[in-house]
Amino acid sequence: MKALLAHIEISPEIHNGFTDAMPMLMAALILLPFLGFVFNFFLGQRLSKTLSGVIGSATILGSFIIAATFFAQSISGSFTSHQVCLMDWIEVGKYKFSFNFLIDNLSIMMMLIITGIGFLIHVYSIGYMHHDEGFSRFFSYLNLFIFFMLLLVTGANYLILFIGWEGVGLCSYLLIGFWFKNQEYNNAAKKAFIMNRIGDLGFLLGMFKILDVFGSLNFSDVFSAAGGFTANDPAIVIITVLLFIGACGKSAQLPLFTWLPDAMAGPTPVSALIHAATMVTAGVYMVVRSNVLFALSPFTMELITIVGLATALFAGTIALFQNDIKKVLAYSTVSQLGFMFIALGVGAFTTGMFHLMTHAFFKALLFLGAGSVIHAMGGEQDITKMGGLSKKIKITFITFTIGVMAIAGFPFTSGFVSKDEILLADFQHGKIYFILATIAAIMTVFYMFRLWFLTFFGSFRGTHDQEHHLHESPPSMTVPLMVLAILSLVGGFVQFPHIFGGHDYLNQYLSPVVTNTIQEIEGADKLEIEILIATCIGLVILWFITKKNYAVSEFKGEYTGFKKVLADKYYVDEIYEALIISPFQKMSAFITKYVEVIFIDGFVNGAGKVAQVAGSYIRLLQSGHIGYYLFAMVISIVVFLLLNTIIHF
Amino acid sequence: MLTTLLIAYPFFAAILVMLAGSTNAKRLALLSSLVQFGLTIWAWVNFQNNADVQFAMDEVWMPSFGIHFSVGMDGISMLMVLLTNLLMPLIILSSFKIEYSRPAVFYALVLVMQSALVGVFVAQDAFLYYIFWELALIPIYFICLLWGGKDRIRITFKFFIYTIAGSLLMLVAFIYLYFQVPSPSNFSHEALSTLHLDTHIQGYIFWALFIAFAIKMPVFPFHTWQPDTYTEAPSTGTMLLSGIMLKMGVYSVLRWLLPLAPLGVAEYGKLAIILSIVGIVYGSWIAISQKDIKRLFAYSSFAHVGLISAGIFSMTLQGLQGSMVQMLSHGINVVGLFFVVQIMEQRLKTREIGEMGGIINKAPVFATLFLIVLLGSVALPLTNGFVGEFMLLAGVYQFSPWYGAVAGLTIILGAVYMLKSYQWAVLGEAKEGFEFPDLYASEKIVLVVIAALVIVLGVYPQPILNLTEPSIKHLLETLTNPINLSLR
Repeated sequence: MKALLAHIEISPEIHNGFTDAMPMLMAALILLPFLGFVFNFFLGQRLSKTLSGVIGSATILGSFIIAATFFAQSISGSFTSHQVCLMDWIEVGKYKFSFNFLIDNLSIMMMLIITGIGFLIHVYSIGYMHHDEGFSRFFSYLNLFIFFMLLLVTGANYLILFIGWEGVGLCSYLLIGFWFKNQEYNNAAKKAFIMNRIGDLGFLLGMFKILDVFGSLNFSDVFSAAGGFTANDPAIVIITVLLFIGACGKSAQLPLFTWLPDAMAGPTPVSALIHAATMVTAGVYMVVRSNVLFALSPFTMELITIVGLATALFAGTIALFQNDIKKVLAYSTVSQLGFMFIALGVGAFTTGMFHLMTHAFFKALLFLGAGSVIHAMGGEQDITKMGGLSKKIKITFITFTIGVMAIAGFPFTSGFVSKDEILLADFQHGKIYFILATIAAIMTVFYMFRLWFLTFFGSFRGTHDQEHHLHESPPSMTVPLMVLAILSLVGGFVQFPHIFGGHDYLNQYLSPVVTNTIQEIEGADKLEIEILIATCIGLVILWFITKKNYAVSEFKGEYTGFKKVLADKYYVDEIYEALIISPFQKMSAFITKYVEVIFIDGFVNGAGKVAQVAGSYIRLLQSGHIGYYLFAMVISIVVFLLLNTIIHF
Repeated sequence: MLTTLLIAYPFFAAILVMLAGSTNAKRLALLSSLVQFGLTIWAWVNFQNNADVQFAMDEVWMPSFGIHFSVGMDGISMLMVLLTNLLMPLIILSSFKIEYSRPAVFYALVLVMQSALVGVFVAQDAFLYYIFWELALIPIYFICLLWGGKDRIRITFKFFIYTIAGSLLMLVAFIYLYFQVPSPSNFSHEALSTLHLDTHIQGYIFWALFIAFAIKMPVFPFHTWQPDTYTEAPSTGTMLLSGIMLKMGVYSVLRWLLPLAPLGVAEYGKLAIILSIVGIVYGSWIAISQKDIKRLFAYSSFAHVGLISAGIFSMTLQGLQGSMVQMLSHGINVVGLFFVVQIMEQRLKTREIGEMGGIINKAPVFATLFLIVLLGSVALPLTNGFVGEFMLLAGVYQFSPWYGAVAGLTIILGAVYMLKSYQWAVLGEAKEGFEFPDLYASEKIVLVVIAALVIVLGVYPQPILNLTEPSIKHLLETLTNPINLSLR
């Protein structure tokens, strides 16, 4: 450990006892989850499940405590931004890439979200996964995920970020395919990895361009040198577009979103942690981290806004008529990520981070709640077969309801405040953006209410066995639900609108790292009031519509016409299959058969035949294998001369 | 002297193995290769990280032709020797569960090959190098011919003739250069690389050497012998071919092609990059529809070598350093992958992916270690594959962003065929009555060592980079030396 910490960079301005301890703390923050992984992976099966789960959770709690310490110190002003080098990694010529970590307000915020929610979900998993034979394997993967996710958000250069970026992709792959006996799940896992890799290629090329332009991948070098560029400089545009392609893969934006709904094959805690609260928001984090670059490229910003908006609407419409409880939430996640990107695109980076945070609260809550419902239903995920559960599983019902309120934007819940800010920012950017984003927000309310009524109201539509089996989940599952419910309710206080007596703490906290390019909104207060009133009216109307249709005793869930197109997800998967995957595979078989075997190898064999026939004549002159040898020599010289003539011609 | 010992020792060990007879051939060969590995580590420890040729020895061999027995190692050679002698014990140990007929002959041939391979990597005299180059071919020829699969005779013959044809081109080039050396004529690397011939002549030299090495690596479209040979060769032979022997081609590009024909490279290097990149995409694309997993990995190896070759011809420091790391990584990973194939083939009597499935239920340790090697092969960060591929792609990108983008497809396509093969071979439900014993001790040692190397080199690649950087920098300097380019 001593050698590991040999190079310690101390920022010149501030040097105190705490900054001295930071390399050690940083190493512990990252390595604790990794130790948890190692422990559970190698020894887990020999331990009791409880111990395995406790160790898995305790390591994350340890990291959370460290993150909280960083947070407390950052607030008290011990430091603003601090870089720690734990080890050198790759050095080639003038380029040097190290395991450098950056502790600043942005990374602290992400650390808190990851370890905080991560811890709750670990605890929840102790209950949820209790009957699973792969229990310790599950916790080891989950710990490994937290390790990579922490690398991602604390890396002080793009390469460390990329380690985390691909590492979480690996964990996502392992956890989606956690139940590896099912090849459908394995397909989903593979799809997630490959689609992410498409984005990763964009990210990788973006890094090469950054190296080319800035000669370094360190955030500090790149961002300080970026000041020398004018807006829409081609180099910056290329870099930001490439990085954004990476973000599209990881954060499931159009056109690379189809892996995320399939990723619901993984155990539900995984969906909550990886595919809702943390990993899929990595793209948002990366753009915010690079806000200096993105701000220099209005072209890319507009692209992000459009992609975000299109994704929010597209995924929102798909979510309207899904019958699988997790699929609704999955498309909802895609849609909400779209919202975050809209905020980034219009230059409201802090707002994007704010929505990232509130979404992490309420979407984790909703997924875990869904997990509790599925648990109660004995594995059933089809909401057409549920109904009337509100009386059977009270805690789940209440906490889930709070989650629905938050995502639907009930006034003053966390979701209301953050979405409200995005809408305001859109309004400032252009009316059409505002209108479209509002439509997407209305759809959110509709599909969440539909889900809520179908699940908890009307009468039970499942089998007798299921009805008999219905039970509330154990405390290890319900306590995390309660904590997340509280956060979902009050999480908005960090950035509460002034008109309602709030304060923009988050803006201030992130201001050293993030410079929002959006201008001060004129008449924001008036707009706030208008949005508040409109929201209330909208909620009431949608309440009555959805209640009438979905709080029912009989429900088929079969659709016709355009609703069927939506329920079938616009056939995007089928289109990709027909246009890309299938031709690609057919082409592979074609190349193998014709180009490889008949053309190239045929040519080689032909040349060999000629040599052999001619060789048999030569053998008359010179007995034995030497003939081959000599003839091959002659032939090669001829070929060689011919080739050169051709080339010089 | 040490270098000579590294060549001579395996050769004498081979004789010893022959004499000792069949019963202990395996163990003796393993022991010998471990001693050789120890010697190599000792050499590495005593190696100064600079561009000089170290542990050198230069004796006149055939005075009338100016041929010397001249050997020695710079950083590049040291790495190649390390690669050879690191993989050899693993390859030998991996064969412990196979009962080859006439084991004394088999293992003697393996050791002779080791001797010749080391010779190729340390020779400083072109003629000596050529001798070793051809000498290395003979044992593997017999290994494939005598212990190979059903179609071995036809395929081995093709492999032999194809390679020989390439070698002859090289020989012609060397002899031509020899006559250009001002008196006294000789074959020394030093003399041949300071001839400053004009561009036209260097163009010829380039093509003669490039084709010879392109066949060995192989580079598209000179590759069609490779999937067949890899598939038909006995498992040990495949590992020798893919793990070490193909690096002869890559190494020779660095050692002979670039210094002997720098103007030729300046002229045609772009074409070489294009062929290499075509190979990456082409090989990966074919791998996707392969049903025989050994053949799939053969095409994957071909695609990966394309990237190494492209990185070298990018003529950037990142590209060349990347090729160094990647040669070592590829050697380790590909031996791991072909060992995995061997384990599955032995237990299941098939290599068809479609007939496998569910192995993970019976052999979780095997499944995990396979996954780690596979992740190294798809270049996941913190595995050895990433370090090399990142630098190679950075080099190619610097040469041309568009080439970099196309070459970068390897990270997507690699994931496609690798995860597909893993999914259908290892994951899924085990069929009724499906048996797959988990790893035996010797197998476990090999795969654990390989998996550990995958991660260690991924996290801490710097010793390798330090080893080769001075030599690579020196090479680049001589290539961009104004004297070399002034004749253009």
